This record gives sequence, structure tokens and C-alpha cells, in this order.
Amino acid sequence: MWFPRLASDRVLRARPVEGPFALTRIVANADRLACLNPAAERAGLSRGMPLADARAFCPGLRTRPADPHADARFLGALRRWATRYCPWVGREGCDGLVLDVTGSTHLIGGEAAMLADMRQRLARAGITVRLGLADTRGAAWALARYGEAPAPPGATAQAIGPLPVAALRLEPDTVTALQRLGLRSIADLAAAARAPLARRFGRGLMMRLDQALGDQPEQIAPEPEPPRYATRLTLPEPIGLTADVMAGTERLLQALCARLKDRETGARALVLTLRRVDQDSQQVELRLARPLRDAARILPLFERGVTQVEAGFGIDRMRLEAVQVEPLPVRQLSHVGDTGKARLDDLITRIGTRIGLENVQRVLPADSHIPERAFLVAAAAFSDPGPSWGSPRPRPLRLFPPEPVAGHGPRPPQDFRWRRMALQTGRATGPERIAPEWWMADEAWRSGLRDYWRVETRQGRRLWMFHTPQAPGWFVHGEFA
Amino acid sequence: MSGLDPALFPPKPARMHEACGPGAAAFAAVLAAQLDGPVLWVLESWRADMLTPQGLSAFFDPARLLIARAKDQTEVLAVTEEALRGKTLSLVVAELARPIGLTPGRRLQLAAGEGRTLGLCLIADGAGSNAAETRWHCAPVFDADPGIGDSTPMRWEIIKNKSGTLGAWHVRWEHATRRLHVVSPAGERPGSQGAAG
Repeated sequence: MWFPRLASDRVLRARPVEGPFALTRIVANADRLACLNPAAERAGLSRGMPLADARAFCPGLRTRPADPHADARFLGALRRWATRYCPWVGREGCDGLVLDVTGSTHLIGGEAAMLADMRQRLARAGITVRLGLADTRGAAWALARYGEAPAPPGATAQAIGPLPVAALRLEPDTVTALQRLGLRSIADLAAAARAPLARRFGRGLMMRLDQALGDQPEQIAPEPEPPRYATRLTLPEPIGLTADVMAGTERLLQALCARLKDRETGARALVLTLRRVDQDSQQVELRLARPLRDAARILPLFERGVTQVEAGFGIDRMRLEAVQVEPLPVRQLSHVGDTGKARLDDLITRIGTRIGLENVQRVLPADSHIPERAFLVAAAAFSDPGPSWGSPRPRPLRLFPPEPVAGHGPRPPQDFRWRRMALQTGRATGPERIAPEWWMADEAWRSGLRDYWRVETRQGRRLWMFHTPQAPGWFVHGEFA
Repeated sequence: MSGLDPALFPPKPARMHEACGPGAAAFAAVLAAQLDGPVLWVLESWRADMLTPQGLSAFFDPARLLIARAKDQTEVLAVTEEALRGKTLSLVVAELARPIGLTPGRRLQLAAGEGRTLGLCLIADGAGSNAAETRWHCAPVFDADPGIGDSTPMRWEIIKNKSGTLGAWHVRWEHATRRLHVVSPAGERPGSQGAAG
């Protein structure tokens, strides 16, 4: 199966355009045409032509940038669709599919009926396709691109014989060299002496020929079907009550959790899509603090999101998908159990559904002398408690952005005002010198070295102040217990 | 010199309490040190000041600490209520910037009772809620005579108590043993020459 105009068909399916149309791609700093529709080809354009030339040929040309990733996804969707004909479907390059239909043609009604069915369905979908059917993969490739007639069983050599040598999946250089030698068709090549050709062109040429003629086997590698963690429910009558939606969700969850359990995975993020009668759809997202596949525990977490859904005239379709899954091996039951941790994770999830899972944080130790960087703040759902903390020197309970106070000289000021309070220094302990980390550009540490003092004021407040000797000034940076 | 009344500290479990004054965070840290299990500290995300784990490690293991940053005070209250009902935490500390009414206070009180969890609101001076079980005013005091190495004298005063008496104590936290000592007021100890705090 070859889709000669896969990319432009894909774009034109989404928004049809009358007249010449092309997709452009930047190759070697110039916009070049990547894929054309038939109208553009009739206007004399061809692939690889610079866009400026194409515009001169055909002023009415409409273009759009090409998107190879979307094309690959589209081909993937076609590949899944093609499994309706046979289970062995693989990709062939970036614009073709290869199907091993051995033993499955009779299900559709024979080879001719199957090809007609494929053509009809793809034409209805607006996709240009060229089909080749032969005993071998190489011959089918050649027929799809250069022939377009099914080869009868056992007559592969006759069917592909008149085709040019380019139909053998060869490098362009090899094709040119063969044509110079006068070997224009596959029949010519098959009739030539093998040994000199193998010496001249390497074994690749002979391998391709043998593969096309069936003397050498070639396998089709069907792509693994990625596991899909999604379930859906269509209702005969629309529903609107929260309890009904939750009952539906429970059914979906049980099916989904059974699937997760089969593959020993747990869901980390779930999306519940509720489709209303008036075609509007609403989504309830749920992110979990740790992978789960226990329907009874996930269900209550959906309650908050479901109550916020506007049901309108009613909901008649529900779809639940685990958009993010993580491995969750089956564990041996034990009498010890860590229910405390599980319940804490549930609580983090519940809080996370309200304020966002990344806003529930825990602190982890970090290796730095800079007080603000001596610890890391990490999302609690994605980290484990760190090792124990040591603090060789007393550190304040709270840190705030440095607040300047009046003072000069290397000793803490005797009297100063901070936050509209008049304070007197009762006792000062220090200095503790902390140098900026030269390998980190930090705006706050531009003033250079800091001499930290623990200042106990006669009013009671115990402050952590620093003096910057390189840019004289006094600041309050934190407060002790 | 009398010990801290065991009926008053640690405060009644499964109730909501309040602490105000400049030493409120230290009060919360001491309270967390008296209890076992995870501690959730709920605050609004706009706050520029941060708790330092190194500072907290003088009181309890910061690995027990979870921090929830909420968008505004309504979210802070909602998260606090959810956490109090969760039954897994030992202490929930909520930093409130504005005074809360009787209804939110009562909701927190009911949630604390249902989840058997101790709750503590850190409030501004004079911004207490009527629903709170006790309210403590905590302030560090200056001790001219440091005596032992850690100079952490504080004055704790109960300024509201629904089911008991009021009182004031001078306390000191010992870092090495992680114990709270009740001491006589600074400047009134025998042999001290400094002024009162």
C-alpha cells in the first residue's frame, strides 16, 4: 500500500482547498515543495521544486508548511486501520504500509474483492493510494509504485519483469549505473550474469533482486500495539445527577483497573471526558500522588471534579483514560503493611486536586553554603523524604529577602530600626563569613561576601543580619526561634 | 518555678488552636517536636519568607514536614480542613494573613474533631477566631545572661482558653536534647544582673 500524496491528503482532509495546493519544506535554506495535489501536478509542478519557481509557474498555488511528525502520526493511524484486513501490518518508509495478507483474503471475499474494498474505503476518506499485491514483499513494493496490477500467484517474475530497475528499492546511484549498462528492466537484470554484477555493485543489488523474486525470504515486522488504557461507556439515555455520573465512573474505573492490573501498571494521571447530548464535552482531570490501580481508592478522588461539571441537557457518553501510567508490580501481601504512607499519599492527592499537585512540597537537603540554596523544594508526590539534616551552625527558622537597615562598620549597629521597630542590640554573635558561589550567577549575591551575625535584641527578637564588606551595608536576612 | 501545666501543653488533641506574636512559628515547631508523624504547613504562595529546614531541624526532623502552597486564604482554609479530616497527619499548621470568621473557624474545629488531628493557626495579633480552643501569644525574650549554650528563651502566654485557666510561662528550648524547659523569667534568676525581658 503506497500513499503517494499522504501529507497533502492529510492536510486537505482537514481543510479542503480548490485548485493547486502544495506543502513546503525548508531544505538547504530554501522553501521547496514537499507534496502536491493532482491539480498542482497538472499545472506542471513537481516535488523538490523551489517555492519561488513554483509560484512563477502557477500563481494560484496555495501552500502550507509540511509537518512530518503529524504525517507519521497519520500513517500510524492508517496502520491501525489496516489491521482490519490482517494482523500483520508494518510501516514501509514514511509513506507506505506493508500487509501480510496470507490466509486472510478469504475473509473479505478474495484478493480482488479485498483490493477493491481498500480502494473504495480510502477513496471515500480522500486518500490517494496505490496498491500492489504479489507473492513477495519486494514485488508488491515494485507493483505499488511502478505497476499497479496484482501479480497472480506464482507469476511474480513475469509481473515485475517489465518494470524499471528502480522498482527494486535500490540506491539512485545504482539505478543510474545499471541504466548506463543497458539493464533497464528487472527482466534484463534477472537474465544477466550474477557474479559480475555482484562484484560491480555489491551484494545489496542481488539481495534486492532475490527478495523481489522470492528466492530470499523477507519478513514483515508488525509494530507492537501499545497498550491502551482507556475505557468508554455510551448511555441509552442522558444522565445528569452526580450520583449517576459517579456510578458510571465506577464502572469505567473497574474495567480500567482490571486492564492496569493485567499489565502490572498503575495510573498516575487520569482524564474523564464527559460528552454531553449537545456535543459539548467536559474533562475532569485527576493526578495522583503515586501510581494506583485500586478502583475503590481512586473513585472518591473524582468526586470533587465531577461535582463541578455542568451537565446541561445530560451526559450520554463517558470516556476514562489513564494518560500517564507507571509500573506498579504486584506485591506480596504482608501483615505489616504501610497503610500510613498510602493514606498520606491519598491525602496529598486530595489536596493536589485542589491546589495542584506541584504545590504540595517537601524539602530535601542540598549541598550549598548559601542559605537560600541549602535546601531544595520538591513536589511531595514525586520525591521521597530525604536523609536526616545536620546543621553545623545555627540557622534561622525563617528566611526573608534581605531587608536593609541603617548601620555602618563591621560590627552590628547598636541601635537600628527594622520593620518600623526601634531595636537595640543586646548581644551579637559572629561573624560567620559566607562567600558567594562564583559558579552561579545570582543577582542577590552581587554585593560580594557576607558576614553573618546572630543579633539578639533587647526587645526579644533574634535576627540573622549580615554585613557586606565589599559594598558596605547591613541587612536583616532571617529570624531565629 | 513551676512546670508547664500538662493540661495546657501540649494543647488538647483533636482541636484547633491559635498562636500569635513574633514567636508563633517557634511555638508551632516546638509543638511538632512533641508529636510523632508527618506535619503539614499550609501557607499562601505569595509569601516571600520561607521556613528553613536547617532552622527547623533544631526542633524536629524536617523529613516529616510537608508544605502546601495555596493561592489565597480560602484555599488555605480548604486545604487545612481537608488535611485535618485526613487522619494521617499529626499536626496541621495554617498561616493566616487575615482574620477568619466564626463559620470557617467552626468548620476547622469540626474537621479537627472528626479527623482526630491537632490544628494550629498562626494568626496576626488580635485576629483570632472565637472558635479556637486556646490562643497563645508567643514572643522571644532577651536574656542578658545566656547560661546554657542555646539562648532561646521565650514567653508563652495563653490569652484565651475555652476550657481552662490562663497563664504565662517563660520557656527555653534545648536543641541538643530537643526538650522544652520552663525557666524563671530572665533577669529574676539568682545572680543575674540583666534587665527583665
